[in-house]
Amino acid sequence: MEPKPNILTVSGLRVEFDNHVILEDIGFEVVRDDTLAIIGPNGAGKSVLFRALLGLIPFTGKVEWAEDAKIGYVPQKLAVAKDLPLTVNDFFHFKEKKQAKIYEVIRSVGFLEQAKHLHNDKRVLNTRMGDLSGGELQRVLIAYALLGKPNVLLFDEPTAGIDVTGEETIYDLIHKLQAEDDLTIIFISHELQVVNHYANNVLCLNKEKISFGPPMTVVSRETLAKLYGEDVHLHKHEELTPHKHPEEHNHG
Amino acid sequence: MDNNLIFLLLVGALVGAASGYLGSFMVLKRMSLVGDALSHVALPGIAVALTIGANPILGALVALVIATFGIWYLSDHSEVYPEALVGVFFTASLSIGLLLTPEPDLLEALFGNIDEISMLDGVMVLAGTLAIFTVTAAISKKLLLGVVSEDLAKSQKVNISKINLIYLLLVAVVVALGVKFLGTLLTGAMVIVPAVTAKQLSKSLKSYHLLSLGFGIASAVLGILLARNFGIASGPAVVLTSIAFFIASHFFRKK
Repeated sequence: MEPKPNILTVSGLRVEFDNHVILEDIGFEVVRDDTLAIIGPNGAGKSVLFRALLGLIPFTGKVEWAEDAKIGYVPQKLAVAKDLPLTVNDFFHFKEKKQAKIYEVIRSVGFLEQAKHLHNDKRVLNTRMGDLSGGELQRVLIAYALLGKPNVLLFDEPTAGIDVTGEETIYDLIHKLQAEDDLTIIFISHELQVVNHYANNVLCLNKEKISFGPPMTVVSRETLAKLYGEDVHLHKHEELTPHKHPEEHNHG
Repeated sequence: MDNNLIFLLLVGALVGAASGYLGSFMVLKRMSLVGDALSHVALPGIAVALTIGANPILGALVALVIATFGIWYLSDHSEVYPEALVGVFFTASLSIGLLLTPEPDLLEALFGNIDEISMLDGVMVLAGTLAIFTVTAAISKKLLLGVVSEDLAKSQKVNISKINLIYLLLVAVVVALGVKFLGTLLTGAMVIVPAVTAKQLSKSLKSYHLLSLGFGIASAVLGILLARNFGIASGPAVVLTSIAFFIASHFFRKK
């Protein structure tokens, strides 16, 4: 069999809830081993697109995964009750029986390297899910997605609710994962600088597809204006950031 | 100790173990009241069984299974919250049950009577308990993954709706088993209280399940012995024993 170049082909995708159109006429392709970023303002339907790709919600149109696609999904957040008697190890055992595989995967998300860290290595496994910090929980979720060796990773806002250092660790981790053979990464983000650094392709979304292609060609003043409104500034150092903080008024 | 008492303690321990183990999932699913309310659904089944001279456990089981399918279907196909649905089911069946149950049997149906437990009941309890442990262990990972995140479970192709139905049916079985022991009004307690007690003391799933099961057994055995010693009703004695464990657990709580 000839290897298919695309791991994912989407065309004419439409999602509606209660007669309310959330996504319309979305089409794009993801080449195997690529990294695609999905960007757009809040409420643009990014997470809904993910849920459609995963088959969690009803949709019309086509979502075609390659036959051998094995998806690992990292949800945006997990509301874990603090008193839930569930350790990280219990959680991993939902998916993997072999303890050796679990050690391997927590090492790959960097729990061993941070030896000074309070919950390093094996200790993290005996920690209750509800006691993890935001960054730790995110890495545990990534490790969980990596169990069973997926060839596609879907990240829903990998750094939402994580402090700056935690954010760097997560993106370092994603960067490391990119080096792996046959691992396609699709992630949602609203941080444009991150998109420029890590993605081969960008899908700009605001209910419908606004543009799709490599970051340098897609992320332009015009698309950003269309995406976020006029209030977006191209910064020095060619960093693109949606206008958020008042102190950035002087730029532009 | 006479043979009859040993038999009762064994049956009680089985019911306690099964309801404790199954209840541990119910508490995590935040469905505690479902177990309690479901137990009331048993009443009309018992009433019909008594009228036609059938085994009350079977009558309870039939009523519970019908109600379970009803709740499961409606919670998938209706906008009303399952908890509200359960409330409707429960009051309706309690009312029907009260009308149907022959008056002399009413007290026994509501609060149970341990002296009425036959060998056949014992065998049914044993078979039911084995079935509950086997099936629950088989679906436990999927069930709990669904508790942590439905999306994550669905992304791993777990059929949440099917798992929930299986689980609710198991609850129906455990309630039917407990009904003769504790009556329709108190059976729910054995599903909830040991599990809540265990949750206070556990950090991991393993200790949680084991403690929940252990508190179920201990409550049943101690409760029956207390009832015998002081000549009081066994149902309330078992439930109050489990609640004593619950109160004590506050002092040993793991934060």
